[in-house]
Amino acid sequence: MNRSWWTTPVAIALTAIMLFPVYWMLNVSLTRRESIRRGDLLPFDLTFEHYTVVLREQLPYLGTSLLVGLGTVLLTLLVAAPASFALAKLAVPGRRMLNFALIVAQMVPAVVMSLGFYSIYNRIGLLNTVPGLVLADSTIAVPFAVMLLTAFMTGIPRELMQAAQLDGASAWRTFRSVVLPMSRNSMITAALFAFLWAWSDFLFASTLDREGGSLRPITMGIYNYIGAQNQEWGPMMAAAVVASIPAAALLVVAQKYIAAGVTAGAVKD
Amino acid sequence: MSLLTIPKLAAVRAARVPAPAAGRRPRRESRWVAVAFVAPLVIYLVLFYAYPLVQNVVMSLHRFDRFSFVNGGAPFVGFDIYAEVASQPRFWDVVRQTAIFTAASILFQYVIGLVLAAFFHRGGFRMSATLRGLFLIPWLLPVIVSGTTWQWMMSPDTGVLNAFLGMFGADPVWWLNADNALLSVTIANIWLGVPFNLVILYSGLQNIPADLYEAAALDGADAWQQFWRITVPMLRPVTLITLLLGLVYTLKVVDIIWIMTSGTGSSQTLATWSYAMAFGKGTSSVIRYSEASAVGTILLVVALLFGFVYIAVQRKQED
Repeated sequence: MNRSWWTTPVAIALTAIMLFPVYWMLNVSLTRRESIRRGDLLPFDLTFEHYTVVLREQLPYLGTSLLVGLGTVLLTLLVAAPASFALAKLAVPGRRMLNFALIVAQMVPAVVMSLGFYSIYNRIGLLNTVPGLVLADSTIAVPFAVMLLTAFMTGIPRELMQAAQLDGASAWRTFRSVVLPMSRNSMITAALFAFLWAWSDFLFASTLDREGGSLRPITMGIYNYIGAQNQEWGPMMAAAVVASIPAAALLVVAQKYIAAGVTAGAVKD
Repeated sequence: MSLLTIPKLAAVRAARVPAPAAGRRPRRESRWVAVAFVAPLVIYLVLFYAYPLVQNVVMSLHRFDRFSFVNGGAPFVGFDIYAEVASQPRFWDVVRQTAIFTAASILFQYVIGLVLAAFFHRGGFRMSATLRGLFLIPWLLPVIVSGTTWQWMMSPDTGVLNAFLGMFGADPVWWLNADNALLSVTIANIWLGVPFNLVILYSGLQNIPADLYEAAALDGADAWQQFWRITVPMLRPVTLITLLLGLVYTLKVVDIIWIMTSGTGSSQTLATWSYAMAFGKGTSSVIRYSEASAVGTILLVVALLFGFVYIAVQRKQED
């Protein structure tokens, strides 16, 4: 096609505009408190003091977020993987109903879910707990994970499973030693998204885990800065940078899995 | 959550690979094995989806106050609370703002995403993995991160947006005041959604056969005609799906709005209103769970209506 001299500069400019807010967050997080309001384009008044504040104040929240993220991944895969195998390879009664329910489940507004969860948790004492938050966060990921894994497992050749069955393997053995290992990549994609969604979740954290003290995730740690009388922009932006690390790291080391999740068959037409 | 969740539905299509050939009749025992494998999922959906939803509806049909929320015994009032909510003067304001927020968000996300996708597609160089990764960043960041950053950029006296406008002699804009709040949260939400639209539309463009363009060029069609006569019609199925998905997901956005403005002024939508009545800061003495649930249920019904349109469109496209 016709590559003109201007395409590359324009591409760089568009990327820069799109990423400007991210840069601005970094810039503010590295600027000394007194100079933040000047709004320099570069952190001329360079400091790392905001990051020491964040490490001092936010470490427990980061730990909670990690725990919640890993718990959500575990629960999501435990529920989704066996069901996906059945939907892909076994004769499940009511398959159409189940598929329909999974689509509908993803359309339910989270605020409605959080109202229901709040009332239930209030009664059974799960408010402000890590397991409560893990359960709620997993509802974001489970339907997605089932659909992703089912789509992948459907593509596994039947012959491979029949070979295992001829060797006398039960359905469970076939699932464990043939299907699961082959589905490794799609399991990673599902796990990455489950982790990112749980890590990023604000709505469930701010409703079901409002008074959890240090058992609150990092999103609430940042939110505390907003509520404060005198908003401290430096530490707030530094905390935001730290909270972005998992997303950034996953983009660098696992981009192909992320991209697989985004386009997961979105445009097959 | 908001736009972070969009690709979930996209995966639906992947799941549409033809069902395993039902050639042989499954033996009865294998049926039970299948049930055992899906049982955890079914139980999960009932306990953690259906039950909270039912609970939400139940709350909207009983008049709860702080005491009865903890101790039970709220009286059943039928649809009274719905009538009360809908008869408030602000109800229709909120509905209108929700419509503007949703329509403006998905329209601009789509148009900007399409322009960028077309640029990267026709510009002559493939959108490299690095570039695509960079463009995905806004979409992968926690919304609390983007929300606070936008809030700072829109600060009236020290924000970089007003500094930029000031270079052209414009007066400072009070981005987050009551009148402008809707505009501001919509801008931030558009920024959040462009990456997803870009990636989806870019792969949609890649699926258009290149020889269509070559044939058109031979017939003397210029770039503009090629865009309207080839690109737009060929993208129609993808467009429809992307817009409908965007609609369902934008309707339920809470986080970006709440983080930037707490739903004040014109930025209140059905979703944030419901959230504010139950969980808003400083409202602990007058928490209105029943009203919150009623508004939530209205939102749910609207989202599901559009959701069913989406499912119907998708089924039709596949036939």
